[in-house]
Amino acid sequence: MEDRIRTRLADGSLVEMTPSEIRADLEDGTRAAAGRSKLPPLNDDELAHLHDIFCSNARFSAVDIGDEVVLSFDGSGNADVGSRVEEMTVYQNHHGADMTELWNIDYSYKAIKTILSYESNLMKSCQLNLVAPCQYGAMPDLGRYSRPDGPVPNWSELLPLGKIAEARAAQEEAGEYAARDMVFVAEAMAEAGADGMDFDTAGAAGDGDFLATLRAVEEIRRRFPDLSIEVGMASEFVLGMHGGLEFKGERLAGMWPHDQARVAAEAGATIFGPAVNVNTRRSVAWNVARAITLVKKCCEESPIPVHMNVGMGVGGVPMTPYPPIDAVSRVSRALVDLTRMDGL
Amino acid sequence: MGVGDPVGMANAHALASGLGGMRAAGDLVARMEMTRGMRLGEAKKHVAGKLGVGEADLSDPLVMHDVRAKLGLGRIPVQELTYPDKPGAIEAKFHVAEVLDIPINSVARFRERVGWTGQRRQTAAARSRVVAI
Repeated sequence: MEDRIRTRLADGSLVEMTPSEIRADLEDGTRAAAGRSKLPPLNDDELAHLHDIFCSNARFSAVDIGDEVVLSFDGSGNADVGSRVEEMTVYQNHHGADMTELWNIDYSYKAIKTILSYESNLMKSCQLNLVAPCQYGAMPDLGRYSRPDGPVPNWSELLPLGKIAEARAAQEEAGEYAARDMVFVAEAMAEAGADGMDFDTAGAAGDGDFLATLRAVEEIRRRFPDLSIEVGMASEFVLGMHGGLEFKGERLAGMWPHDQARVAAEAGATIFGPAVNVNTRRSVAWNVARAITLVKKCCEESPIPVHMNVGMGVGGVPMTPYPPIDAVSRVSRALVDLTRMDGL
Repeated sequence: MGVGDPVGMANAHALASGLGGMRAAGDLVARMEMTRGMRLGEAKKHVAGKLGVGEADLSDPLVMHDVRAKLGLGRIPVQELTYPDKPGAIEAKFHVAEVLDIPINSVARFRERVGWTGQRRQTAAARSRVVAI
């Protein structure tokens, strides 16, 4: 009779599985990713390594000494402890943060624009008090520019009515507003001494969202040649909410991480963050095998550093506010061991 | 990305795969990825070369504690290690920019706003550059 291994589902719950069941999940996870993306599945050696990582009852798992990567810690400037500046000092001094990020609870560049003087002064305080690099982060959040929250007709209402041309025009107009706001915020943050900008969950509203981000990145790079620009994605492929948008002649809809990284680099980004969402009904092992299959080529080919998204519900990390460390540490190690990515 | 999610898993990631930030040289390697877009291997090589240490030393807090002190790169301020003659945050970043040979935005803005256009007097450590451990 086979041993029972304590492992997790991607909703965070503890389950028991046999080594054979874990192996079957790993094979199914990589097959599921390869089938959809047309990328190669993980080979036997890679699956065997993942099997070793997941077939252990140890509470924690880690990379070998010398294989450590840069952790970008976006979302580090919470107000859990005192002020956001104090919180980032805590992340720097006590959490081992390689980078920190100032952000606002209304995590959208459209919202930040209205409180920019306050946010940029906080960035100044951060820069005076931190040694670790500190970037500013928010979402491009294209949906905020549609009615009733924004000035542009709502494409989610137009599409079901069959008004395709109107829906496309609305997304294009919203993209112009969004790019302008992102550049506006970046300009103030650069003046305040920020080390970089983070465009988090780019593409959340589809190809229009991603294009607005790329255009903003291009302009920010033109104005600030040494500023770090991180582009983090919202999901594994770009949704074609518009369907016809292109960047430098390449259609954005349907792009997988390796193509997303390339266009982000072409726009002027210095760090790219692929995102693969989890299936909470499957095991963490299944989700990790799937995630690695989708990002491995991106890590091999990207001209810029790749920092995988590994927050709650992405990259294989369980979708729960308090992800268990046995699961998180295995995700962390598995991604670094198999993809040799530059950071998380 | 996402490592710092609120009430999340920051410490698990930091222990499982992180370079250790200012406890070691994680912040310095991060600066090369951020400012120069260097992939990890190249970034580690650059920082190790500038500090005069091996790449494996970059995640070693004991080695980096001495290196950071000698080059004035800033250390985590805890009671017994905090000396008034050691550089504070913005001061340390002047040294980081000099040692890694990269522009740091906050340092450039600080210089500009205090109206300082002259050359900084180099620290003894920055003059020697190579650190013997």
